[in-house]
Amino acid sequence: MDAAHAHDHAHGHDDHAHHPSGLMRWITTTNHKDIGTLYLIFACTMFFVGGVLALGIRAELFQPGLQFWRPDFFNELTTMHGLIMVFGAIMPAFVGFANWQIPMMIGAPDMAFARMNNWSFWLLPPAATLLVASFFVPGGAPAAGWTIYAPLSTQMGPGMDLGIFALHIMGASSIMGSINIITTILNMRAPGMTMMKMPLFVWTWLITAYLLIAVMPVLAGAVTMVLTDRHFGTNFFNAAGGGDPVMFQHIFWFFGHPEVYIMILPAFGIISQVIPAFARKPLFGYSSMVYATASIAILSFIVWAHHMFTVGMPAAGQLFFMYATMLIAVPTGVKVFNWIATMWKGSMTFETPMLFACGFIFVFSMGGFTGLILAITPVDIQLQDTYYVVAHFHYVLVAGSLFAIFAGTYFWIPKWTGHMYDETLGKWHFWLSMIFFNVTFFPMHFLGLAGMPRRIPDYALQFADFNMVASIGAFGFGLSQLLFVIGVYKCIKGGEKAAQKPWEGADTLEWTLPSPPPYHSFETPPTVK
Amino acid sequence: MISQWARFWVAVAAFAPALASADRYNLQTPQTPIAREIYDLHTLILLICCVIFVVVFGTMTYAIIKHRKAAGHKAEQFHENTTVEIVWTIIPFIILIGMAYPATKTVIQMKDTSSPDMTIKATGYQWKWGYDYLTGEGQGISFFSSLATPRELITDNSAEGHKKREAQAHYLLEVDNPVVVPVGKKIRIITTANDVIHSWWVPAFGVKQDAIPGFVRDTWFKVDKPGIYRGQCAELCGKEHGFMPIVVEAVEAGKYTQWVSEQNKKALTNVAAAGALDGKGVYDKVCVACHGTGAAGAPKFGDKAAWGPRIKQGQDTLYQHALKGIRAMPPKGGAPDLPDAQIKAAVDYLMAAGK
Repeated sequence: MDAAHAHDHAHGHDDHAHHPSGLMRWITTTNHKDIGTLYLIFACTMFFVGGVLALGIRAELFQPGLQFWRPDFFNELTTMHGLIMVFGAIMPAFVGFANWQIPMMIGAPDMAFARMNNWSFWLLPPAATLLVASFFVPGGAPAAGWTIYAPLSTQMGPGMDLGIFALHIMGASSIMGSINIITTILNMRAPGMTMMKMPLFVWTWLITAYLLIAVMPVLAGAVTMVLTDRHFGTNFFNAAGGGDPVMFQHIFWFFGHPEVYIMILPAFGIISQVIPAFARKPLFGYSSMVYATASIAILSFIVWAHHMFTVGMPAAGQLFFMYATMLIAVPTGVKVFNWIATMWKGSMTFETPMLFACGFIFVFSMGGFTGLILAITPVDIQLQDTYYVVAHFHYVLVAGSLFAIFAGTYFWIPKWTGHMYDETLGKWHFWLSMIFFNVTFFPMHFLGLAGMPRRIPDYALQFADFNMVASIGAFGFGLSQLLFVIGVYKCIKGGEKAAQKPWEGADTLEWTLPSPPPYHSFETPPTVK
Repeated sequence: MISQWARFWVAVAAFAPALASADRYNLQTPQTPIAREIYDLHTLILLICCVIFVVVFGTMTYAIIKHRKAAGHKAEQFHENTTVEIVWTIIPFIILIGMAYPATKTVIQMKDTSSPDMTIKATGYQWKWGYDYLTGEGQGISFFSSLATPRELITDNSAEGHKKREAQAHYLLEVDNPVVVPVGKKIRIITTANDVIHSWWVPAFGVKQDAIPGFVRDTWFKVDKPGIYRGQCAELCGKEHGFMPIVVEAVEAGKYTQWVSEQNKKALTNVAAAGALDGKGVYDKVCVACHGTGAAGAPKFGDKAAWGPRIKQGQDTLYQHALKGIRAMPPKGGAPDLPDAQIKAAVDYLMAAGK
């Protein structure tokens, strides 16, 4: 890859020139930058695979009637779109950012466990292959939703087993990566960098890593029980055998709710780096931001049953989970206010990273509001399992996590490659994404309120017009992402030479390194005042 | 200035009635006291969120316009203020308490299923509902409720197909046997399931309760006025999840009594009439979902290549396969209520087409 060759040419001293080149370089690398690149390319690929599945869904839902897919295949599409986007696109993308950025931002030469880092990445392509291969086995891919509730998941064909193995492998990758991240952050900070002087992106990943270690084993437990119910005669989730289908939901969501915070906290970290840089002003309320992130993470463990308000739990349970869920709005609001206070009385310019960051704040907050509405149990009873929920989580995951990933990519790619990206292309990518995103997902709020359930391949006529609008938006959004790929590819290949600090207001340690940085970022640790 | 504001509020006021009963943009018009409470709760919270949104993002927009480098603004360097942090933690917390109080009252009311006037059990099947009237007037009535929209209408993608679909007023929301209840009475619904988790949902009633195999849950409603109210299964339950709607017909007490006696009379003649449903009738209702499409490896109707080897196995073997299930096919094709004779008639029908 040209990024790597650029390293070698920029630093003729490179006494590691004897490390392998070509394919073996990428297979055996223990370098955090190379591994970061691998994660990002993997995530980008999976993003497009998941995106194609989404277009399959929206094509079918363009009009009433069954035009393209059998209903069982449609369920495979919705399930795999979710699994691939969550585990194949968003999570690996953030790990890619962690790998690239954390060592540089704390003044370290690399991650603590460089070889385990390689293994963490290379588990993913086989896992993804298993997962996608499930389409081609008898019975097809898992079709029980990404949440694979029992007993439906115990009914499915061998595709479900492939999915379970894929989840195990991806979970192992995440746990190893998290151990690496925590050890690196706690032990390898440059002298003078106390915990409360770390960049916020590093804080958010530290906290995210603890969440991952806490909950990925829980997911492993849940899917293993599904596996044994399917093949080894257990009855964990089979009432006829003395088990409890609702227990699956408890175990899954005990993982599942922290999981969604795992997918958003690194995004908060990226936005917390981008906004101060482009406002040319320090992040407002640094300590509050740290405490707010930690509060969100701790609260995320006690809200899981808000995904289960209709299972029939006692009123006391519904009330507890309603109150706890509403509480998360407080630290989240604090973060939004702090970002705006950072912008307030700054001196802002709006290059692409800042466009995505500001767009993030607007649109993620809308997702936050619909989350608050869903937190209210009586309202949730109406909206659970409808398109309102689909709208909510796409607002926080796409306009949230994905836009933050775009912001971070445009922000840091000059550092990574040594080239500036094409600003015009970046702006087009932003505006088209913003517009088509809202065209796709805003009408879904109305669909949910009006009574359209989730996970159905065909719908009653009153839902037709908003579905048509959403489908058009989806195709527009999907096509717009090609601009991103083109822009990134062009930037890797060449472009205007990037300065060491192309962003006037940026002030973290990676900007003290050349663009692109040397193969081992900080051979001697910098001193932080 | 004043006239500008007046015009603004007139516009809002003109919009408001559209918001109030716009079934396209908002929750369905509530038809029970609980649904009304939920509707009002949602309106309250939505308005609070909108106000907060306008204030917060008005501020952000102001900053974007005024505090930009291109406008010549120089960056100040302040970066913390403990008072402000406390204020914008406490105020949202108080707003949340304001939302939680009415919500708590509604949760407790929704849970109170005591002293119902009648109880109906709704059992979720793959893929239809079964209803049993357990207590109260109508006790003993029992029937299945399946989607009435013909499969051909769903899969017909010709120009006439589209037109016919548009003309089908309750496309995908119609059933053969609706649940009939009296208005103004407290109806307790008990939910359970036969196979996987389903969910019984009628938006106009504000009622949604998961139907869990091996477990019994309950909920309740009291319908304000006569009418037909439609809902859908709200928990992914397999391939026909989108095709098992719920229809509740609420009628005046007198009409309800009439309906009950008609049902009781029908039950007596049902036993005799059961034999009247022929093989084709059973095929069209139950078997076509898989054998019409080839789903899950089912040998397609009329596919002589697939049926040849099966016919060779003999009629008795095929009867056993259909009655007991084979591979992905559940026993009796997932219609446990059908008598063996009718299943066999359907097998005969499929065999004849496959010769």
